[in-house]
Amino acid sequence: MSEFLRTYLTVGIFGAVGAAIVAALLGAGRILRPSRPTAAKVENYESGVDPIGDMWSQANIRYYVFALLFVLFDVEAVFIFPWAARLEAYGVFGLVEMAIFIFILLLGLLYAWRKRMLRWV
Amino acid sequence: MIGVLSELSYWQVTSIRVAAGLVAVLLVAGTLVYAHLFKMVSFMQSRLGPMEAGPYGSLQLAAEIGKFLQKEDIVPRRADRFVFKAAPFVVLTSTFLLLVVLPGGPDAWFISNDLGVYLAMAVSSVSVIGILMAGWGSASKYSLLGGLRATGQLIAYELPLLLAVVGVVIQAETMNLQGIVLAQADGEIFGWGAIGNPFILTQFVGFLIFMVAMQAELTQTPFDMPVAESELVTGYMTEYSGLRFLLFFIGEFATAGVFSAIAAVLFLGGWYVPGLDPSDNLLNVIGPLVLFGKVVLLTFVVFWVRFTFPRFREDQLQRLAWKFLVPLALANIVVTGVLKVVV
Repeated sequence: MSEFLRTYLTVGIFGAVGAAIVAALLGAGRILRPSRPTAAKVENYESGVDPIGDMWSQANIRYYVFALLFVLFDVEAVFIFPWAARLEAYGVFGLVEMAIFIFILLLGLLYAWRKRMLRWV
Repeated sequence: MIGVLSELSYWQVTSIRVAAGLVAVLLVAGTLVYAHLFKMVSFMQSRLGPMEAGPYGSLQLAAEIGKFLQKEDIVPRRADRFVFKAAPFVVLTSTFLLLVVLPGGPDAWFISNDLGVYLAMAVSSVSVIGILMAGWGSASKYSLLGGLRATGQLIAYELPLLLAVVGVVIQAETMNLQGIVLAQADGEIFGWGAIGNPFILTQFVGFLIFMVAMQAELTQTPFDMPVAESELVTGYMTEYSGLRFLLFFIGEFATAGVFSAIAAVLFLGGWYVPGLDPSDNLLNVIGPLVLFGKVVLLTFVVFWVRFTFPRFREDQLQRLAWKFLVPLALANIVVTGVLKVVV
């Protein structure tokens, strides 16, 4: 296995160990704790009164525009990082290219701003 | 150290690293909870804090864990049981995974990967999924609102966090966190290299953006609307009780520590001690301690802000991210790039 792939094997091992620790703690808790569920106890908390209606009630997800913008910018960031690491090699050419790129990005943000999409209402 | 490690097989080295990682997480999370949550906030509020368990209450956290282990675990009747129970796993595991990119010394690292910054940023956003799972799975109105708020907040501040790091990558010319530390150790400030070049000096704007975005990513006050107790009880954690609640709680502090460690590596020079050769074997021993000191310093700032400032409103939060931090971070990238190429 190459050194590069081994790195990700280490990452995988860390993930597995992390999950195992949580599982071990919860397992220890399962042995130690009591379990006496009553009807009132397993009811949802709603400030002490009986919960009303469906719990997964319809809510206005106001940030879906933000989520779309985020996906855009996040993809851009993926392109910006390799450029940043190799900027010295690209020189002025790379700088002008990225300036145009970021300018277009900013135009997009400005457009969303002008369209009043950045307001949380 | 190199000699010792290179003689061992991959599995042995990895076992040592996992053990070291566990110690690091427990040490950092434990210290932060004790020093910052129990003691610092107590002194800020003119009280003593825990005094009974151990000297100056230093074993209070162990006592708390012992207590929480015996608490009944209540799963709401209407909850989506699988999602409800899986959520703490996602949050805590992603925090533990974040640790692997951190270098603690010239040879004391978990992984040395040229995509380290990518990995850190990608893994750090996984916990959003865990929080959304907690909010959805609880089947409670408070939890759902808290989970949705948290998601909106975390994706908004992911961007400034990401873009603030680009300036550091431009200066260091590498995405390997170990390489970033070495770049700071070798750096010079106007030809004067006695203390290297901690990027906080040349990337101060980036550092400020990173710290603000980090505060929001940790959902600490003034960005704690997802768990605003006066509006949403405790947001996505409302239905969690006993040990699972404690897991979220510890995860919050562990994440604060790991994020601060990333900030310390990116901006404060990581494990490097000015005056020593960056490949000095001594740094394998004191490097992790130096990094830990910087983590405590940065988390002090985080919790100081947390216990001092009032809460923002939700619309103010989104405005700050999109209309101020993102343009500022983009401007920071352009200015850093121009200075890098021209100067």
